[in-house]
Amino acid sequence: MTGLPTGSTKRLVAIVPAWNESGAIGEVVDEIRDYDPAVDVVVIDDASTDDTAEVAELRGATVLRLPFNIGIGGAVQTGFRFALDEGYDAAVRLDGDGQHAASEIPKLLGPIEAGEADLVIGSRFVDPGGTYRPPFARRIGIGVFARLVSLLGGQRVTDTTSGFVALDRAGIELFAAEFPHDYPEVEATLVALRSGLRVTQVQVDMRERTTGSSSITFVRSLYYIVKVMLSLLVASLRRYPRLQGARQ
Amino acid sequence: MTPVRVSVIGAIASIVLVLVVLELIRGRRLKERYALLWLATGVVLLVLSVWRDGLNTIAGWLGVTSYPPAVLFAVATLFILLVLLHYSTVISKLTDENVDLAQRIALLEERVSRIRTRAD
Repeated sequence: MTGLPTGSTKRLVAIVPAWNESGAIGEVVDEIRDYDPAVDVVVIDDASTDDTAEVAELRGATVLRLPFNIGIGGAVQTGFRFALDEGYDAAVRLDGDGQHAASEIPKLLGPIEAGEADLVIGSRFVDPGGTYRPPFARRIGIGVFARLVSLLGGQRVTDTTSGFVALDRAGIELFAAEFPHDYPEVEATLVALRSGLRVTQVQVDMRERTTGSSSITFVRSLYYIVKVMLSLLVASLRRYPRLQGARQ
Repeated sequence: MTPVRVSVIGAIASIVLVLVVLELIRGRRLKERYALLWLATGVVLLVLSVWRDGLNTIAGWLGVTSYPPAVLFAVATLFILLVLLHYSTVISKLTDENVDLAQRIALLEERVSRIRTRAD
């Protein structure tokens, strides 16, 4: 399914997954459009029970409405498939809760525009002086996953749980075809590394959530850890087609 | 030796299983590809129930000396595990297909509404 490009100047798409984020999604869309009106904002509504889709549409976003809840990974992948179908050259993914500031987008796009990377991860930990201090248990978890992915992927990454990333065409193509369905970020980073994408990371600051709560509750964290560990193990045993970076 | 009563009850239970599965297929409530493992379960258990010497011999190979019908339980358990594992793979495939369909619907609906807007 390949669509026609929507226009020659609209090459960047912002992919925003959202589930019951009507309180935050409007500002998220506004902020991206204020930052750069040429960016197409695509909100993927993962079958919200509130009016997330309507709010996003009123603010000028393109809304992809999933018929039922498929989880964050599947929702994000819908955005990548859209980007692939519509022929975008680059995509940036932000969360729908407002924790990713649109003003940080240029930092993420820098290495992609320079042709140096296919996937840029907005990391909170590249620079030791970063302001983000997660709770102790979460910090340990993030650190363990980062070390594991670095080891299995053969390249040092510091923040594999970040949902704030930018991709070029090669990255869009990979993730449109291959993206984990629940708790996707950690495994997706490894899949990108093992597929031969050029991955780099830049320091970004993230805000505290303005509304809603993190989808990762204490009760779910055990499932989260076990699931991610298993995915990483399996992903490192699987073979992925080696992609060539878009400009290599 | 296997008590005769165990063999008779085992045989009846196996035949009932096979008949129920066949009836479910006939009524189109069960697809053949998901019934095959159940039919194999029924047939194997029926054979082991009726073929008493065979059950005793197999029990001997496995080192089950005191109570050969225990092999019946072991075989039944093994088949049930196989069926469940098979279903887990089926569910996983269905889940992936469901997600793919949901994504396509979302993409197509957006495209349809865009084309409609343009046509108006």
